[in-house]
Amino acid sequence: MKRLLYELTESFRIAFAQIRANKMRSALTALGVIIGIVAVTLMGTAIRGIDTGFQNSLNMLGDDILYVQKWPWHNVEDWWNYVGRPPITPDLAGKLNSVIAQTPNSLLEVAVPVAGRGTTAKFGENKVSNVMTLGTTAEYSRILNADFKEGRLFNETEDVAGRPVCVLGYDIAEALYQGRSALGERVFLNGHPYLVIGVLAKQGSFLGLLNFDNQAVVPLESFRKAFGTRRGAELRVKFRDKNRLSDAKEELAGAMRRVRAQLPGERDNFDINEQSAIKAQLDPIKQGIALAGLFITGLSLFVGAIGIMNITFVSVKERTKEIGTRKALGARRRTILLQFLIEAVSICLIGGLVGLSLTYTLVIAVGAAFPAFPVEFSIGLVFLSMAVSVAVGIVSGFAPAWGASRLDPVVALRYE
Amino acid sequence: MSHTVAPAASPRITRPPGAVVIDIEEVTKLYKMGAEIIHALRGVSVEIRRNEYLAVMGPSGSGKSTLMNMLGCLDTPTAGRYLFNGKNVAHMADDELADIRNREIGFVFQTFNLLPRSTALANVELPLIYAGQPASLRRERAAQTLHNVGLGERMMHKPNELSGGQRQRVAIARALVNNPSIILADEPTGNLDSKTGVEIMALFEQLYEEGNTIIVVTHEEDIARHARRIVRLRDGLIESDGPAE
Repeated sequence: MKRLLYELTESFRIAFAQIRANKMRSALTALGVIIGIVAVTLMGTAIRGIDTGFQNSLNMLGDDILYVQKWPWHNVEDWWNYVGRPPITPDLAGKLNSVIAQTPNSLLEVAVPVAGRGTTAKFGENKVSNVMTLGTTAEYSRILNADFKEGRLFNETEDVAGRPVCVLGYDIAEALYQGRSALGERVFLNGHPYLVIGVLAKQGSFLGLLNFDNQAVVPLESFRKAFGTRRGAELRVKFRDKNRLSDAKEELAGAMRRVRAQLPGERDNFDINEQSAIKAQLDPIKQGIALAGLFITGLSLFVGAIGIMNITFVSVKERTKEIGTRKALGARRRTILLQFLIEAVSICLIGGLVGLSLTYTLVIAVGAAFPAFPVEFSIGLVFLSMAVSVAVGIVSGFAPAWGASRLDPVVALRYE
Repeated sequence: MSHTVAPAASPRITRPPGAVVIDIEEVTKLYKMGAEIIHALRGVSVEIRRNEYLAVMGPSGSGKSTLMNMLGCLDTPTAGRYLFNGKNVAHMADDELADIRNREIGFVFQTFNLLPRSTALANVELPLIYAGQPASLRRERAAQTLHNVGLGERMMHKPNELSGGQRQRVAIARALVNNPSIILADEPTGNLDSKTGVEIMALFEQLYEEGNTIIVVTHEEDIARHARRIVRLRDGLIESDGPAE
């Protein structure tokens, strides 16, 4: 055991002396590993960044909210089975809430109707298009998972009376009032005047598509006056225990069937959507991209590994006589094997460290230049790439090191 | 370093031989060169005792190198018996042979075979590393041994900063450092000028007188004459085995 330790120390000393003695050759060989590690770790940061962005987006939808809608969130082939469904009307929320109230130990907390319409918001000369205006009740506060930058949501009185008050998303308020407080200001949604009583804090966008900061929230009654509700709405239902999603979903389906007075055996004439459905749909795509990306970048690492193998073969060849001498002095096969493996691993580790610091610099630079670009550097990545470097060194160094350890000392000593 | 050179005229001491170290009986060695089979050794028997100073001589092709490899446990015989300190090494595996070489045999090569990027001290420490000795002890013993061969002042020099004679002294120190049963020197003066060669042979004389067992493989009569016993090989057989005159 002790002997192994001394041999290892000696091997590291020899390896670094060897690298120092062949600076150019070692640098060029390490370059292959550096490029490989940079490619793989950059891919890793990108994948992690995309993953984080994706998860953040999903969280905006709320992981404790079920969406009762006419259409499911996935594509359907048999659209004719869906198109004839009755629209989801806002009054269903009230009926659903009384069913929930009657159910003992209900997993559901509250159902909130939300109707939506794309409009334009105006204030004086300033104009924001593609504003998603939501009409909902005061209960919206119970399912809202964003903070207020200033102000508040409308209360029940304003809600029932259908007062023309509204809460603006961060981007709209910024665009219309340009840094000034929006509270008490007037805004025109679809030409109808509203009083701003609250502004939401910045939330970001969903997968870069749906901008949550581009929403305006108004009382349902006033929404009805300004836009009408013939297009129907959706119900957002909050449930109590995130771990019992499928039970909650089942209970909600049963409650909806009661409210809709559906007969046993009849197919549901509504759909219950949730964020994990999107996740389930997008995860395979995401994983496919990640796998393909890692495979392609992994190829460059493979080329680097071939370089290491080549240089270790050269190193064994030109030091054949030294191997013979060491064997004559009592080096076992293991000693010689370790010596060349450690040499290969050392070059890989140096390459890996340089590659990693390059990646780190690049990630910082990209993060500074494009704040929206999703890259993320993690300590896990550091350990992973170090492990990959060591693995590359062992795998590519093994064949030549094994050959060296098996050399016949007589033949090796005679080699010139 | 002149103090290590024995005066040419001084009478030679011959130490009484001790226990048997090497016992080779009817050893043969065959090599296959393509379709041809070469009989390098055709049945060699020799016994070497502690405190002997032996020269192995023979022209090229006589089986001299093969016998040396066999004696040094670098190679195993095709047939025959080889007892080293009573242990049969004829059928040992590679790693067992490596341990025997490490503990029992000190090699001195014609071309010195020092590690070029290591200091004299590190070169001499190498067999101790393979013997599993701790660093402090390695350093102490390597330094002491270098001092004994007259290189106490040049321990931190690398081989390319040393003369040929000094390099061979480092190699001899390396061979001695593990207190081996035998020193096996293959043409130790072959790469040295004659004056340096004489100095190296004087060092061997000194080591012999201090109680080491030495085997020198050579084709030069002048070198062989330093030994107390000469074994001559021809065509894979022992031609003669007797005291040097």
